[in-house]
Amino acid sequence: MVACVEIRAAGKIYGSARGPVTALADVSMDVAEGEFVSLLGPSGCGKSTLLKCISGLEAPSGGEIRVRGERLSGPPKGLGMVFQRDVLLDWRTILQNVLITAEFQGRPTAATIDRARSLLERFGLGDFQNRHPWELSGGMRQRAAICRALLCEPEILLMDEPFGALDAMTRDDLNVELTRIWQAARRTVIFVTHSIAEAVYLSDRVAMMSTGPGRIVEIIPIDLPRPRPLSIRETPEFARHVTHIRGLFAALGIVKE
Amino acid sequence: MMGMWSGSAGLRGTLAVLIAVIGGWEGAVWVFQPPIIILPPPSRIWVDFLEAPSYFLRHTWYTTSTTLAGFALSVVLGVGLAVLIVNSRLLERIIYTVLVALNSLPKVALAPLFVIWMGTGIEPKIAIAVMLAIFSIVVDTVLGLRSVDPDAIALARVNHASPLKILIKIRFPNALPSLFVGMKIAISFALVGAIVGEFVAGSAGLGFVILTAQGQFDTSRVFVALVLLGVLGTLLFYIVEAVERLVLPWHVSQRAVAGHGGH
Repeated sequence: MVACVEIRAAGKIYGSARGPVTALADVSMDVAEGEFVSLLGPSGCGKSTLLKCISGLEAPSGGEIRVRGERLSGPPKGLGMVFQRDVLLDWRTILQNVLITAEFQGRPTAATIDRARSLLERFGLGDFQNRHPWELSGGMRQRAAICRALLCEPEILLMDEPFGALDAMTRDDLNVELTRIWQAARRTVIFVTHSIAEAVYLSDRVAMMSTGPGRIVEIIPIDLPRPRPLSIRETPEFARHVTHIRGLFAALGIVKE
Repeated sequence: MMGMWSGSAGLRGTLAVLIAVIGGWEGAVWVFQPPIIILPPPSRIWVDFLEAPSYFLRHTWYTTSTTLAGFALSVVLGVGLAVLIVNSRLLERIIYTVLVALNSLPKVALAPLFVIWMGTGIEPKIAIAVMLAIFSIVVDTVLGLRSVDPDAIALARVNHASPLKILIKIRFPNALPSLFVGMKIAISFALVGAIVGEFVAGSAGLGFVILTAQGQFDTSRVFVALVLLGVLGTLLFYIVEAVERLVLPWHVSQRAVAGHGGH
């Protein structure tokens, strides 16, 4: 497997009123082409900071990050991004919201518009493409945000707690859909979450992160077979992974047993 | 938020209040018989208007065009200045300093200067209207351009959007609701500016009508001009609000009016 993202001793120090704050210290990790990796940890462990550095929106204060062999200086090409909040623009319809990623780079072609329509169709939003974001439920809005990220066929998809604000059932639903599209297109996905079960269900590997300062403490391969139905979460293998990760977090004093 | 016009109940309420005030005024003048030079009854004001409607309407039109020209110029210049302020720290400091200093001056005191510079035509009146109206446009537009979701900017940057694209696709539409807040304040200020200009030097407009009527102690004519000013100011405000409703059907404050259909 070819390394798609290489993180070498990356660190991030923010200046604040009370002096420098180390958000991220000495993080190293490779993400392979087509791999699904989760960054899992409590709030304040620097997982979102790490994602921002990989996206090129922020420069690491130490170390380096390479995407497809090239050292980052700004956002790399072929990146899709999904945030915790859907960031849909109120003045645009759902279709126009999805198309904005193409508009940022030029005028969307007829083919792009067709692609946006079929993406919305695939995510069950076909009947809502001419609605405005405020007419849709939270789950539907986040689906539209995923369509927007997928429109320009990104090679790398960065997702920053995309389902964190959704109710448990909608979250399950979107987890299944995400694995389905990932299975079909095999993009590289880096997924930030604080849910152990979500990380185990979705990922090929889970990078466990800890606070003070933010760092990766362990990278755990998840060898569950794919495709993974939701019911896999009731199997002993799945439970074994979850228990193992929770145990490690407990040993670090992050979760209490 | 429903405008006062929409909904017949609201309109009926407004009319009832107006009729009560006018009736009370007429009755009070009839009971207390004040000298006509102090307070004429509404019926006399109405008769005065009917004696020379074209005279009054001509001057109302002059004030209207001054106000609209000043308002339009304020919006164009104000939005331009706001864009400059948001894009450069240095320009922000320069423009804000000048603007705040100018705004803290009583603009009425500047009016004679504009007359010296521009003469007694419509230009100094428009200039004064702009001086009064532009501040709220700039301040509110800057606020709107700045209060953009940082994640929306991140999304644009990840997709390699140029600063111009970010301005057009995100910052500007995002600023429209607060631009309209500024415009609703600015339209009233532009009217004040137009009247101030007509007071200082002028041979036309409602300000001029008031000044000449005052010279002749024709109180009733002063009141005709005041009523016309009130009607004009109210109409202009509601026109801006109607345009807002047309332009921003998506905004939170408009949704109850726009309905939930979406089609």
